[in-house]
Amino acid sequence: MSYLEYNTKYIPTGFRKLMYINWPIIVLLTAVAGYGFIMLYSVAGGSADPWMSAQVKRFGVGMVMLVGVAMVPIWFWRNVSAVAFGVSVLLLVAVEFFGAVGMGAQRWIDLGFMRLQPSELTKITLVMVLAAYYDWLPSDKTSRPLWVIFPVLIILFPTFLVLRQPDLGTALLLLMGGATIMFLAGVHWAYFATVIAAGVAGLVAIFEGRGTSWQLLKDYQYRRIDTFLDPSNDPLGAGYHITQAKIALGSGGWTGRGFMQGTQSRLNFLPEKHTDFIFTTLAEEFGFVGAFTLLILYVLIITFCVASALGNKDRFASLLTLGVAMTFFLFFAVNMAMVTGLAPVVGVPLPLVSYGGSAMLVLLIAFGLVQSAHVHRPR
Amino acid sequence: MKRYTKDVDESARRITRRTLVVGAVQLGIVGALGVRMQKLQIEQADQFRLLAEENRINIRLIPPARGLIFDLNGRPIAANEQNYRIVMVREDAGDVGEILERLTKLVPLDPQDLARAMEEMRRRSPFVPVTIADRLTWEDVARVNVNAPALPGITAEVGLSRVYPWGADLGHVVGYVGPVSDYDLSRIDDQDPLLQIPKFQIGKTGAENKLERRLRGSAGTKRIEVNAVGRVMRELDRKEGNSGADVQLTIDARLQSYVQARLDSESAGAVVLDLENGDLRAVASAPSFDPNMFVRGISVANWRDLNENKFRPLAAKAVQGTYPPGSTFKMVTALAALEDGKVTPEETIRCKGWVDVYGTRFHCWKRAGHGNVNLHESLKQSCDSYYYEISQRVGIDKIAAMARKLGLGTRHDLPLSAVAEGLAPDKAWKKRVRDQDWRIGDTVNASIGQGYVLSSPLQLAVMAGRLATGRDITPRLVRAIDGVEEPSGRGEDIGLNENYLRRVRAAMDDVSNNARGTAYRSRINASDMKMAGKTGTSQVRRITAEERRTGVTRNADLPWERRDHALFVSFAPVENPRFAVAVIVEHGGGGSTVAAPIARDIMLQALYDGEPPLDAYPTSDRGRIAEQQRKIRERVPPGSKGQDRA
Repeated sequence: MSYLEYNTKYIPTGFRKLMYINWPIIVLLTAVAGYGFIMLYSVAGGSADPWMSAQVKRFGVGMVMLVGVAMVPIWFWRNVSAVAFGVSVLLLVAVEFFGAVGMGAQRWIDLGFMRLQPSELTKITLVMVLAAYYDWLPSDKTSRPLWVIFPVLIILFPTFLVLRQPDLGTALLLLMGGATIMFLAGVHWAYFATVIAAGVAGLVAIFEGRGTSWQLLKDYQYRRIDTFLDPSNDPLGAGYHITQAKIALGSGGWTGRGFMQGTQSRLNFLPEKHTDFIFTTLAEEFGFVGAFTLLILYVLIITFCVASALGNKDRFASLLTLGVAMTFFLFFAVNMAMVTGLAPVVGVPLPLVSYGGSAMLVLLIAFGLVQSAHVHRPR
Repeated sequence: MKRYTKDVDESARRITRRTLVVGAVQLGIVGALGVRMQKLQIEQADQFRLLAEENRINIRLIPPARGLIFDLNGRPIAANEQNYRIVMVREDAGDVGEILERLTKLVPLDPQDLARAMEEMRRRSPFVPVTIADRLTWEDVARVNVNAPALPGITAEVGLSRVYPWGADLGHVVGYVGPVSDYDLSRIDDQDPLLQIPKFQIGKTGAENKLERRLRGSAGTKRIEVNAVGRVMRELDRKEGNSGADVQLTIDARLQSYVQARLDSESAGAVVLDLENGDLRAVASAPSFDPNMFVRGISVANWRDLNENKFRPLAAKAVQGTYPPGSTFKMVTALAALEDGKVTPEETIRCKGWVDVYGTRFHCWKRAGHGNVNLHESLKQSCDSYYYEISQRVGIDKIAAMARKLGLGTRHDLPLSAVAEGLAPDKAWKKRVRDQDWRIGDTVNASIGQGYVLSSPLQLAVMAGRLATGRDITPRLVRAIDGVEEPSGRGEDIGLNENYLRRVRAAMDDVSNNARGTAYRSRINASDMKMAGKTGTSQVRRITAEERRTGVTRNADLPWERRDHALFVSFAPVENPRFAVAVIVEHGGGGSTVAAPIARDIMLQALYDGEPPLDAYPTSDRGRIAEQQRKIRERVPPGSKGQDRA
């Protein structure tokens, strides 16, 4: 609606749109993905198969989708936000009933040609629907209780479904990502203070409830927390992964042990070395320099997104871009915190680097939305 | 509905403000991550690098080759033989059952071993090689190798195993090796990491056991890289260990083999001592056992046979068995009295067949008595009464001291299992051990090597050697280790009156070379090889008054375990003694009839370094001896390998 007041004649059309794409972000994404290809080649013991070649193909498909999404005007995406969210929630409900079990959790639906993880999809659609909501909502109503409860429900419903799968990592990401958008949209401080207080109380409840009939988390989740709090307690059992991950990281030193020279990953001491724990291999083989470089690349991506968002007068576009950036940030921050032993192991992949189809496609589509917002910004 | 610009601007400003807050938080988190990485990767890098190395590198020991044992002439007594075994790697095999079935058609497999191997395979990781069959012949291994394509996961490996070419003939001397057990580990104070290797072979008895430290050698190491589940990825480097030292014994394996053959099925022990340097040329105990049985792992049936045999094959009687020395002890008593001046060689003592000592009657073996006997006659005819008399004059303490001087009642330091101390009793001993006062009767009994006196064949051979040479010869079993010769046991002058020693030797000469001597029938006929000796027949029971009355004094009428021990000690040649031989036949009967012929045959073998000519024997014996020699030539000792004994 607000587009009526934009001067749309300055919006580029046709192939000229390509020139207005935020190319630095594309370059950075490719750099990060390239880093990932190198690592997947290394953890396979110096072979493109089975992981790197598949990942390259997905990245190619993802980039095409990114550009495709970017070409479509941002107002179209705003208009379909609610529908997209509805579909992804329906899919989440569907995995409840028809989902296949992988790695001990119900996470994906086999569509025949690909395995769809609705929880990944939800990560963008939630951002979209919240951005659209706050775009639609007059800003003076933002902090009114009734208008706060509605987005809270929008966030909590899919979060609840994902938690049931159970996928603690994605649930946390949805919850925090959603909350951040509400915060950015201008919801009053007091609400967040209240929620944080309630959250602390909830944590207490979680620990107090352990072992009783109303315990809130599964046993394995409790064990992960225990292990996180003191991995040395159980170095060969539950703490094994964290201990070995820290050994791999630490043994990297300044410049690492060299490409394909990481003994921890090559000799299989590392768990899930091609997915959630790929950062440990990277840190082992390329050292602090390599690991910190990746961190800088991520920060640069976020910075360019934020810069784009702040320069965009459209409220939907701005919130959407910030939401995607926030989700992306949460991804790598949680993953890195997890493998460096700062956070419990919750199963969040390292964005664009970890092997995995859905996550990569969804992220690239999300960045497609960011590009669409950038290309079609009011001038 | 149109939005006011003011509203849009206000909204954008608010978003910017809030973004800055969120950005600050994000920056803080990124900072925390950076600091964390710096801490792990730079501050604690060394520590984690070490942990990573510990993760991946295992140090494995390479067992060294065990030192070999040779006899005096360089014949192998304990050797290492290549043995072939078949190992299987489960993950390479695929269908384990199918492969094993094919294998069974090629090589004989023990179902028990097979079951054990299957169990082990189930328990261990799929890449760990498990031994399916051990000690296969080269032909079996060749068959397996030819069929290798049809047997995935099966490989033949070569290892070393201990083998004793002389089998039972040297069983008691070399002993045997076996896998180190928890009991061994608890008993011996040995930090050698080799002992931690499963099934590492260490010496269990005999020289293998006593010379263990020298024979074992030192471990080599190899560093290997392993992955998280312990699979070996590659060998990083290796440092070879030192193989054990080779040991040369003083034993002459051929002579030893002869002695074992001559003792045959008797329960007996015999020792041949080289008087030049104290070398033990033969230390034989019969019956013996085949040490190879123990290396392979002895079967329950064989083990029971060895343990339940009343002749005790596992006991090394030559060094470990102690017996009353009987009349062979008389030289000790005589020398004690002579040295003390309590009797002169010429003094005669009347033997009437018995001596009464404070109301107890002690009988001479010759009921009718020997009449007047001096030192010479008393030894030659083995008169007991003479010694009953002189022992009372000199007293037990001097006799015991003389016994120790001549090598009885002391433990000789030899690398053999359970070398016995024997017993040369004196007053202090009885007080200490029995808490009783010494009685004169005890002295009288001890004077003829009965009562408390105990000695082993080894000790008797040493005694004979010291009498023959007048030197305090000490026996040695090891001639050289790693080419370095051990100190000789030749010894120095023992400090006895040479005149008395000559008298005793002359009497011992007559024992076997005078027609009235007790061992005349077992003399050596060759004039330059004549043997001197002393017979002994020691009682293992008291002859009861009842038996005396009813006349059951003949040994043959008694059950085996109550018969007398037969003993003979000797040296030869008389003029220039080179060897001393002691023989004990448990419950064999009379020393002159049973032990003396054996000692004579052994002595001749030693003197001639091989089979002696028949004319060294008394004419009447030659036919029998020829037959005996033929039998021994054809004998193959149990467990021996003919071709390796050259």
